Order: sequence, then structure tokens, then C-alpha cells
Amino acid sequence: MNNFSYTQAGSAKEATAIRKANPQAAYIAGGTTLLDLMKANLEEHPQLVDINMLPFRGIEQTPDGLRIGAMERMSDVGENPLVLQQYPAISESLLLAASPQLRNMASIGGNILQRTRCGYFRDAAFPCNKRVPGSGCPALQGDNHNLAILGTSDACIATSYPGDLSVALAALDAVLTLENQKGKQRRVPVTEFYLLPGKTPQKETMLEPGELIVAVTIPAAVHARRSTYLKVRERASYAYALASAAVGLDVQGGTIRSARVALGGVGAQPWRSREAEKILTGAPATEATFRAAAAAALRGAQPRSENRYKVELAQNTLVQALQKVAG
Amino acid sequence: MDTEPKFFETNPQSGSVGQPLDRVDGRAKVTGQARYSAEFNNLPGLVHAVLKTSDVAKGRIQSIDTSAALKEPGVLAILTHQNLPKLAKTPNDAQSKKAIGAPMGFLPLTSDQIHYAGQAVAVVVADTLERAQHAAALVRVNIAAEKPAASYEDPKAELFDPQKVQDGKTPGHTVRGNPKAAFAASPVQLTHTYVHAINHHNPMEPGATTAHWEAADRLTVYEATQGVTRTQKALSTMLGLAAEQVRVVTKYIGGGFGCKGSSWPHTVLTVQTAKAVGRPVKLSLTRPQMFTSMGHREDQTQTLKIGATKDGKLTALIHEKTSTTSPWDDYAEPNSRIINLLYACPTFESSYQLARANVMTSTFMRAPGEAPGSFAIECSMDDLAYQLGIDPLEIRLRNYAEKDPSNGKPWSSKSLKQCYARGAELFGWSKRNPKAGATHDGRLLVGWGMATASYPVHNNQGTARVRLYADGHALVQTGATDLGTGTYTVMTQVAADALWITPDKVRFELGDTKLPTAPNSGGSVAAGTVSSSIYMAAQDVWQKLIKQATQDKKSPLFRAKPADVVVEKGRMVLKSDKTKGEDFATLMKRNEMSDVEGSGNGKYGAGYESGLAAGPADSGHQDDMAGHSMHSFGAHFCEVKVDPDLGTVRVTRWVSVHAAGRILNAKTARSQIIGGSIFGIGCALMEATKRDQNFARYTNATLADYHIPVSADIPEMTVEFVNEHDPYINAMGVKGIGEISMVGVAAAVANAVFHATGKRIRSLPITPDKVLETKMVQV
Ligand SMILES: Cc1cc2nc3c(=O)[nH]c(=O)nc-3n(C[C@H](O)[C@H](O)[C@H](O)COP(=O)(O)OP(=O)(O)OC[C@H]3O[C@@H](n4cnc5c(N)ncnc54)[C@H](O)[C@@H]3O)c2cc1C
Ligand code: SF4
Repeated sequence: MNNFSYTQAGSAKEATAIRKANPQAAYIAGGTTLLDLMKANLEEHPQLVDINMLPFRGIEQTPDGLRIGAMERMSDVGENPLVLQQYPAISESLLLAASPQLRNMASIGGNILQRTRCGYFRDAAFPCNKRVPGSGCPALQGDNHNLAILGTSDACIATSYPGDLSVALAALDAVLTLENQKGKQRRVPVTEFYLLPGKTPQKETMLEPGELIVAVTIPAAVHARRSTYLKVRERASYAYALASAAVGLDVQGGTIRSARVALGGVGAQPWRSREAEKILTGAPATEATFRAAAAAALRGAQPRSENRYKVELAQNTLVQALQKVAG
Repeated sequence: MDTEPKFFETNPQSGSVGQPLDRVDGRAKVTGQARYSAEFNNLPGLVHAVLKTSDVAKGRIQSIDTSAALKEPGVLAILTHQNLPKLAKTPNDAQSKKAIGAPMGFLPLTSDQIHYAGQAVAVVVADTLERAQHAAALVRVNIAAEKPAASYEDPKAELFDPQKVQDGKTPGHTVRGNPKAAFAASPVQLTHTYVHAINHHNPMEPGATTAHWEAADRLTVYEATQGVTRTQKALSTMLGLAAEQVRVVTKYIGGGFGCKGSSWPHTVLTVQTAKAVGRPVKLSLTRPQMFTSMGHREDQTQTLKIGATKDGKLTALIHEKTSTTSPWDDYAEPNSRIINLLYACPTFESSYQLARANVMTSTFMRAPGEAPGSFAIECSMDDLAYQLGIDPLEIRLRNYAEKDPSNGKPWSSKSLKQCYARGAELFGWSKRNPKAGATHDGRLLVGWGMATASYPVHNNQGTARVRLYADGHALVQTGATDLGTGTYTVMTQVAADALWITPDKVRFELGDTKLPTAPNSGGSVAAGTVSSSIYMAAQDVWQKLIKQATQDKKSPLFRAKPADVVVEKGRMVLKSDKTKGEDFATLMKRNEMSDVEGSGNGKYGAGYESGLAAGPADSGHQDDMAGHSMHSFGAHFCEVKVDPDLGTVRVTRWVSVHAAGRILNAKTARSQIIGGSIFGIGCALMEATKRDQNFARYTNATLADYHIPVSADIPEMTVEFVNEHDPYINAMGVKGIGEISMVGVAAAVANAVFHATGKRIRSLPITPDKVLETKMVQV
């Protein structure tokens, strides 16, 4: 870890101004991602700007849906009654993540910006295109057991976002509110926020330098109220997903009126599957429909040497999640 | 009987031994008073060292640029192979390795060669830990890298047949009878291959050394080690000092599982660094460094051929193991040992194959050999049972070994049948559906599995000192270590009973080479050896008191022959007239004796029976020289639930029943078995260190990515012990339980997975990908 200075920012304006003056500085919220990366010398920042004092707080109903401040903690949001009732998939995605200690520290904004668990990325001794552009991707011929099969490129096959929350957010049409260094806010759907690796796996999101995540808003919908997050891992807790599915269904009289599907653990980014949704919408809520939707979601999957199992696992995970919400 | 049994009963009425006494060190631990080896922070001028390690697995150091690091504030020194003072001896040749007792025939920083990723290349010292870490990041090591060999699986790896494996302790090839012919003639033949992932010990406390040179020839080392004496020997030999000039202190250990059983390079490097900077130096390995600093369980494949009759009696066992070793050592854990003795089988053959790769030397890890060996034999026995339509428990009873098939000797004790029976009863095994893949719980498949456990009694010995005070308190000392498993507690109980006082009157000290020499806490020898030496030391105290009484005119025992005096309920009395006698306090006060001190030598295992004990740091040697074969036995029964679509396996019920001689503390013993079973469940379902085959470097060297079980993975566990009296193994009748607890666990889980799914998974760990990708077998 390098030496760094530490500054507390009292407002968004103050925070972005510091970043502007010192582009290598980093915002720190819970620090559970950032400090791990710095301790392993994977990121070096001469200055940390503490944004925990920023007023990006609150979990409240708005005309656009439920608005969650970026500084809220994973545990608080996961246990919030509004979230539990109206967005069970969001609550589950938070409470199935990490450990209680981490969830108490970790913020929503930080969660959205967590970085890949690819073992090569996480060890500076290895080459890695994402960390050092152009250095190569050893995962292609190496340990790719837990890496992505959808949306990858020959430059990078990581699940760039390895976590859970953004999978549920992507499924339920959540929109991020961002604020740039000029104090200007813009709204970006989670499904557009993350970038596919292509030739530039180092570019992970469309966040501009110094831009802050202010809040995330999730529209109210029947399929949101009837949603779930299913997470598969070999140990019962405290592990990233091998595969996961966030789904929401509005079923009436046995027919699916609307459906939302996103997969985790298999995509280069949280993997919203409109192909699956298309098959589900208007179809009977039966296992056959779910299977067809799952097949559609995984069409075009490109497994590597060690992660072929994910093609089947992701489909079964999705089917099981759909069965659960279909009741 | 070959040998006259020698057995000392502790005083059964006084009742401390066996009771579930709470840990005597519990309070110190939970209040932070217990000081671990990296917590001796009051040493004058203590500074901090960190290791800089090699990124690449093979190559030659061209240059090391320390200039930027040395300019940082607080940085005191950076030691490399170029400026580190030379040692009197290094383990770099076989003879010196043996003299040192080193686990690895190579010491980093003795040349410019890089042999494995994570090899230490520099030691950076600064006034604070953070400054040392930062400076280490600034050190630039320029290595001319070469293509490394990663494992035996490497197509270019050259396999060879070693003469011996496991540091010369196990022959590379063993044959009993004519197994090939017997196999060929067997009506039932099974040949199966088992794969075992690399496992790392990962104790909670990392390797840590605090080195303090009190004078040029006087060194004290606070070390996270399972054996202070072995560390003392290693360090004094390397430094060219007398043993007495090196003091090693280990008051508390946060787990070891074998990785702290030997003296690894970071220890002597810290000692050299302390000498070089002239100040006490502390070094604690980081978690990633724990993966490349203290050994591991090697990656390995076993092929086991089983020949049997149609009624399930074994006729032949042929075992081959292929594994990865380092560039210098022929290390393989001895899987064949347990396969050779677990069941009655007239023929047996085992052979080991090794491939050299750019990895550090692997080492013993909880039940070395027995754990992976039992996975192979216990899965194959299960196969045999299914193939013949015999219950898995019944197939084991049909092949019950009434004596040790590997050497024909009678067992000193064996209560395995009782373990099977009690375990089956507790579990409800008789209600098992014989068909695999036929039991459901909703969507989940339910399976039951069982396996046998066994672990040898390793010949060892140690010494202890007991000082009994006239006021009824006692000081008991021995240079043993407590891995965190309860040595402090059980030895307090042993001393209390042996002296007829209560445990709260006993002060028990361990973990210091200043104290009487005790064995390494390894190979499950500590309980048996240390308890015996304390017991013997207490007998010495009594003999001294009896002698005193018989010479004391005022004593009712005056002029009695010492041999006619016995100790009963804490009183020395005449055997012929037990009303005649007195207690020690009365005798000592009258004679103005403040205390009496006794010492004792306790032997464990073959050395106890034969009188030829192995050295205290020397576990695993000469187990075979007594009239009896000595082992603990047990059985595990478990239930798993498998999601057939997701491939997830959860253990939902667990029963372990063991017979291990006298159980010293019902609570700590139960905890040991639970801990070992969880260790085994981790090995069965999730533990795997992944080594990249191009870089020969691990890709998951953190506890976020190397998974061990969490509480949610573990069900309520039922643990029982069968009463067992073994007069041959030691004065206390105690066998070890630290390792047997994980033997057979992976097989029990795999067998349950088979019963649930009809899928036989022979590759550990059994992860969802394997469950999904393995095909069902029809039986
Ligand atoms: C052992 C372990 C296991 C884990 N398991 C899981 C899991 O199972 N599932 C899961 O989803 N996650 C998991 N995580 C990840 C965890 O959820 C994230 O580390 C956490 O959410 C990050 O939040 P934070 O507030 O600590 O972020 P920080 O570490 O403070 O910040 C992370 C990054 O985001 C930036 N940042 C933070 N907030 C803002 C903002 N408002 N605007 C702009 N930039 C910002 C920081 O500059 C930094 O680059 C795990 C983490 C660990 C260490
Ligand atoms: S998969 Fe991506 S993150 Fe992993 S090594 Fe390749 S480039 Fe780096």
C-alpha cells in the first residue's frame, strides 16, 4: 500500500473539487473494495476523499419509484421494510452478499462499483488486460472456473461486476443518479451503466472521472413486488455467485403479463436478458416456458476451458428462480 | 500376550480427568491477555520486517533495486541474498537438511535462484509495519524468468519413482503377498482414480516470528510453532549455536494443522534480520504469503485397484499415487499406510510417483496420508458394497481386520466394531434405503454415507516437571505447545488427578524451551505423551514424599518400606493397614518443606511397550517395533442434501463415534472431533488452491477465494466416544484425536453424495460443476 492523504468532504461539490484538483485521488465510502485493492497494490491513490458525510442518504418513495441514497449501507437497505415488501429481489441480493460485517460497512454506491474477483486481476504478479491494458489475459488458458460466459471478449473474460445487487437492479429497471464535477446530475439505467469489455476491459462503467453516484431509483411494478434473487455457490454463505438470477414476474390467471430477468456470475456485466423476457411475456407460467426462456438467455454463451458447467447451471438457476416467483 | 501390560490408573474417584472442564485459558483468550507470537511488543526497540516475494516461479535474479525503498522514512534495512549474513548451515544439501530437521531442502536468500512463485527474495525492515510494507512495494526485483513446471499434470513433467517419500519415512514401493496375481484371479475387480486438490492449512494465526538477540550468543525467539524444541534445534543448527543459547517461546498458537510443525524459512530469516539490524524484529506472514511459506497438501492422483470375492471379501489392494513435489525433496504424504491396514486383505502393493515442479515442498497437513488415502479406499469400499448389493457398513464388517494386516501384529486395542454399532444406532443407519438416488426431500436428493477412520499412535516421548507445594498448590511444567485445542486444560486435569488436588490449584506452564522437553504437537502425539510425562512426574513427587515419611520419626509411616506405601485419596497409607498414614500437607509442614519437585519421562506408542522411544521432536518414527500395532479407530455417518439442478451439496446430519483410549476432557475432545470433521467437510466440498499451469502461481491465495466452511455449512453434530482401555500405549491409556477426526470425512460425504444422486465423484472438492457434469452410474 502506498502512502496517501485523507480528506473528509462535506458536500458533493467539495468532493468533486478535490478529485478535479487531484485526478488520482479516490472516493472512499465503506472502503471494503478500495482498501483491499490498495493493500494488494492493485490501485494506488495519493489521496482518499471520504464521502461518507455526503447527504446521499435515505430510502424513500418517490413518483419514479423507491429512491435509495448511495451512502446507505447494504445491511440497512437489505433489511428495510419498503425494500423487503416491494423489491424482495433487491433485499435478497443484498442479504445474500458478503458477510454481516462487510454489509454493515459497505455502501450501495461502493457495491455498484466493486471490481472483479478474477484471480489474475487480484494479484499484481500476473499480467491482466483489465489492470494493465495490453499485458494479456492469462485467464483464457488458465483458471477461468468462475469467470464469465456471456458478453466476454478475447481481451477479458471476467465477471467484471462479480456481486449481487446490480444484478437485481438491472432486472428491475433501476436508474442511477450521477453527479459530475460541474454539479450536474444525469440519470443512467443500470443496464447501460456497465460496459462490455471489448478491446478495453479497463473501462468498466460509463462513470466520468470524478463523477459521483448519488442514488439509485427502482420503479414500482408488480413484477418487482413478485421478484426474487437466487444465488448459487458451493458454500452456504460468504461467497460470490457461481451463477445467480434476479427475476420478477407478473402472473395473472396462469399467464405471464410481464417478466424481468437478469443473471449474475455468468456475464461480463450484470446480464439482463430481454431474450428470456420476450419468451416469458404472454406465455403460460409453466416449466416448459421457463426452460425455453433459460435456453434463450444462455444462447450465444461462450464457455472456456473450466466453466462449461455454467451454461447448464445458469439455466437451472433461472428456471428455479422463475418457479419460485411463479409460486 | 507378547508383552506384560504396564498400566497406571489415575485416581478414578477424584474425577477431573474426563470431565468437560472449561478451558483454563479461555478467559485469557477472550480478554486479549493471551499473547501470541506476534504480540510480544514490549521488547526494547522492536522493529518490523516484511517479506518481499518473487512474482515468477522460475528464474534468476538479475538485480534488486532497493534505492527508492531505502529513501523512505523509517526504513532500517533491506536484506537480500547479496547482503544477508551467512549461516553456519543451510538445508540446501540433504545431510544438513536432516541435521536441521528442515521441511524443505532449500533456503531462500542463499542464492540468486528462483524456484517457486512466492519465494522470499528480500526482507524489508522498518520502524513500523506500514512503512515496511510500503518500502517492500518499492523494492524492484529484476528476474530473468524461465518457463516453470507447474505440476505432475504438466505434459512435460517427468515422473520418477522415488526410493522413499515423506522425508525418507515411507518406502516408495511396498508389496505384501502377490497382489497382481490375486487381483487377476478376483471375481470382482474395481479400478478407480481419485484426484485431490491442493489444500492449504490456513490456521487463523499466520506464521509469525519475533526474534530478540539478547547478546551475541543468546537468542530468544517467540515463534508460532507446534514445537519449541524442534524450532530450537533447527535454529541452533543453522546459526552454529548450542541449543541452550537459543530459547524458543510459544505461549499460544492460533491453530497449525501441520504447517507450524516444522521450521520454515521465514523464521531463520527473521532471526538473521534481527542480528543484522541489531534490534528485536517481528515478522508476520500475510495471508497470501501463507500459501507459499509453510507448505501445503500436495496435488495428487491415486489409482486404487480392489480385488474381491463375490461375497465381498478383499483379495487384493493395489495403490498408486502420483503427486507433485519441489525441485529438491521427495515429499509425498503416505496415503498407502492406511490402505494397507484398514481391512483384512491378504495382498497389497503401493507405489509412489513424483514429478518435480516449481513449487515449494509440500508438508504434513492434518492426517497426512490418512486423509486422502481414506478417500480412495473408503469410496472404493462403497463401490464394492453397491456392486454386490451389500450394505456399506456390512461390507466393512465382512473385511474387519482382527489384527493389523500390514504387519500381522495384534492391535493394542481396537473398538471399531463398537464405533460402527453406536454410530449406526445414533444415525439410524438401519433405516437406510439401499437404492441410490431414491430418497427425496422436495426437489432435493437425500443421501446417507459412512466411512471408517483410523490414525496411528506415533512413537514419542517427553518430559515434565511437577512441583507440589505444602499449601496444596502445584506448578506443572513441560515444553509442550497448545495449538488451541485444549492442552492447557487437559494437562491441568491430569496433574490435578495425579496429585489428588483440584484443577484450580494447578498452575500449568508450557511452550518454552526452558521447560522440560516435550514433543511437537503433531502426529496426534501431544495428549498421549505429555499426559504420561506429567503423570510420571507426579509419581516421582509421591515417591519422594513416601521416602520422606518413612524416614520421619513423627510420621505414622516411619520405618515402613516405601514399596509398602500407596497413595489413596491423596493420603500416603500402608497397603496392609490403610488407616495408617498421613496426607502430604501434614508431612511437609512438619518437616518445613515448602515444596517437593519431581520429574518424569512419558513414553507414547511403540516406545512405551518396547522401551525404545523415539526422540521428542521426531513424530512418526519407529512405530513398528513393539509387539502391538497401535491405532485409534472411528466411524463417520452423514446425510447430505443435493440440489440436482444446481449441483449444491449441503451436509445436513453428522454423527462421529471414535475410540481413542482414555478421553481426557469430554468437552475439548468433542470440539476436536467437530473441528476435524468440519476440516474434512471443507476438504470434501470446497477447499482447493488453484495453481495456474502456465505461471505455476496460485490464483486464489486469499481467504475470500480459498473457501473453508462457514457456520451455515455445518449442521448440528453428534459426537461420541467409545470407552476403551489400552494398556500398551502409555501410562495414561490415551490415544490422540487431533487427526483421526478428519480421516474418512471426505469419503463419508462423497458416499452420501453417491447415495443421493447415483453420481460417483472421485475428485475433491465436490463442487457444483462436478455434480452437474458427472453422469449417474447404474448399479
Ligand atoms: C470478502 C468479500 C466478500 C464479498 N462478497 C460479496 C458478495 O457476495 N456479493 C456482493 O455483491 N459483494 C460482495 N463483496 C463486495 C462488497 O459488497 C463491496 O466491497 C462493497 O459493496 C463496496 O462498498 P464500499 O462502500 O465499501 O466501497 P468502497 O470500497 O468505499 O468503494 C469502492 C469503489 O467505489 C467508489 N465509490 C464508492 N462510493 C461511490 C460513490 N457514491 N460515487 C462514486 N464512487 C464511489 C470508490 O472510489 C471505490 O473505487 C464482497 C467483498 C469482500 C471484501
Ligand atoms: S479475465 Fe479480465 S480480469 Fe481476468 S486476467 Fe483476463 S483481462 Fe484480467
